[in-house]
Amino acid sequence: MFRGLTFSLDRGGCLLLTGPNGSGKTSLLRLLAGLSPPQTGQILRQGSPIALDPAAHRSGLHFIGHQDALKPALTARENLDFWTAMQGGARAKAESALKAFRLSERADWPCRYLSAGEKRRLAMARLVATQAPLWLLDEPSTGLDRAALEDLLAAIDAHRKRGGCVVAATHARLSLPKAASLSLAAFAPRRAA
Amino acid sequence: MARLANPTQFLKLSAALLPWCAAAAALGLGLGLYLALFVAPPDYQQGEAVRIMYVHVPSAWMASLVYAVMAAGSAVGLIWRHPLAHIAAEAAAPLGAGFTLICLVSGSLWGEPMWGTWWVWDARLTSVLVLFFLYLGFIALEHAFDDKSRGTRAAAILALVGVVNLPIIKFSVDWWNTLHQPASVFRLGGPTIAASMLWPLMVMAAGFLFFFAALLLIRMRSALMEARLRALAFGNPG
Amino acid sequence: MSQFVALVGRDLRLAFRQGGDWLNVAAFFALAVILFPLGVGPEPELLARISAGVLWVAALLAALLSLERLFQPDWEDGSLEALALMPLPLELQVLAKCLAHWLSTGLILTLAAPVLALVLHFDFAGMGALVLAMLLGTPVLSLIGSVGAALTLGARRGGVLLSLLVLPLYIPVLIFGVAASEAASLGFNPQPALLLLAAGLAAALALAPWAAAAALRLAME
Repeated sequence: MFRGLTFSLDRGGCLLLTGPNGSGKTSLLRLLAGLSPPQTGQILRQGSPIALDPAAHRSGLHFIGHQDALKPALTARENLDFWTAMQGGARAKAESALKAFRLSERADWPCRYLSAGEKRRLAMARLVATQAPLWLLDEPSTGLDRAALEDLLAAIDAHRKRGGCVVAATHARLSLPKAASLSLAAFAPRRAA
Repeated sequence: MARLANPTQFLKLSAALLPWCAAAAALGLGLGLYLALFVAPPDYQQGEAVRIMYVHVPSAWMASLVYAVMAAGSAVGLIWRHPLAHIAAEAAAPLGAGFTLICLVSGSLWGEPMWGTWWVWDARLTSVLVLFFLYLGFIALEHAFDDKSRGTRAAAILALVGVVNLPIIKFSVDWWNTLHQPASVFRLGGPTIAASMLWPLMVMAAGFLFFFAALLLIRMRSALMEARLRALAFGNPG
Repeated sequence: MSQFVALVGRDLRLAFRQGGDWLNVAAFFALAVILFPLGVGPEPELLARISAGVLWVAALLAALLSLERLFQPDWEDGSLEALALMPLPLELQVLAKCLAHWLSTGLILTLAAPVLALVLHFDFAGMGALVLAMLLGTPVLSLIGSVGAALTLGARRGGVLLSLLVLPLYIPVLIFGVAASEAASLGFNPQPALLLLAAGLAAALALAPWAAAAALRLAME
């Protein structure tokens, strides 16, 4: 998928993955999450390979993909409480997460009654509720209106100020201060003629 | 083993081996059938009907053996990612299903004169029937996905799950009161079958084994060549 | 541990809240059983003779039909991928989901079985063994089923394929379950069959989560 790719990220850092469709943005995010192993090379977290202790690595990250991972039959709050419990967090964080994305009023609505935009905001709220140090985001701006996007950027800001990292694959231009950018098109392996 | 991993090496090696396997198969089956039909004595109880044993028993042995080969290939493929392991397992599966079917049908044909029934639900017959379905499940699962690699590995997992059936098949006649007779060849005290019957049986078994080996090599070679054709036609993905 | 409980709790909440999945299971079980007196005739001796077998076959099929909701919904809405990234090992997550599945399927079948046994003129002497056998056997159905469900996630014609894979593996449970249930009326001791079911449960508890987790990882690659 890509060849000769190296980069590093410090606390408070933010990396934006850009590139055309098929350049491997989602694949790289999944590699970073530990969902698939790299064919060659290593992923190090604070100096040690993530393959050595996958469970510890997973407890320190949260991945938001294209899908919302929300159950229609459960309320917004129940969905969020579940993910908080699974990641080992406290219930209070779920409340502040709902507030951060202006979903407090909808908290007790079953998710089947939320609009698509609200569901996407709820998915993003998982990030704030679980408070993992590393956020991996796949096309986070999709499905968010301007107000929701601002909520997300504010959440990312706060997260980075606390020392967290963000890696986001994105088509859109996200106004994030001091964000490094990595174009995956440059690392595509040359195809045999 | 590492040298065999190279498909080209395997194709060369198998091309050399194949005629010998085929010859040994023809010899074993031909001689075995002659011995079984004309030389071996009739059973003191069953008379001529016992001659079905010379097809039924070797096919039963092959049914379990081929499954073991399939499971071993699946394990090697999943754990060590040896490129030929999955190919071997997939090549073996229809052969194993065939042997199992021969075993079931020949057993049924034998059961009628011997037990008075075409089928009985005892532990041995039931577990061999389950084996047959495991083979079918493996083949079905292999082809059930658009992503060939997913199908191959899912089938490999299934093959390993089904391994529990093999000891059940082997020991079912010991653990339960079954209509099927207990082991008379592969047992701790040595074979209890008469030597005049044992030798034709072993010749037939050898013939079956080489037949399987020859067919396996043929199928693996075709699979490798098919993969090459596909790569040429559609290019390597990614 | 709390993560395990959270997962069991969520799956149970979903099973009992959306569409009454448990009710579907009970209804199918009842309907399948009822078909037999209608099909083979109402003579009590005949029904009593086949009652154990009919109950177990119907329970098996009901369990089989409920397997699709084990992983499929989570896979479709992205929850499975998110769960795979949670700290709790995937094998334990499979165990948690199987537990929730059993509580909303197998346990329901076990509770319904004595009632339906009446309809089939089941010999009361075997009732205790029947319930115990179902308590031991239905979790095995969930566990073996989880392996099949994980292997066939996203397959073409997954439902039919699932049946082909899972039913042969269910056969030992059927055989020993019926043996235990019929033992009393036939004059045998049900204990050997029950012990074999217990052994099967132990083996399934140890092995099935590994196979299912491997199959899930394969599906998510």
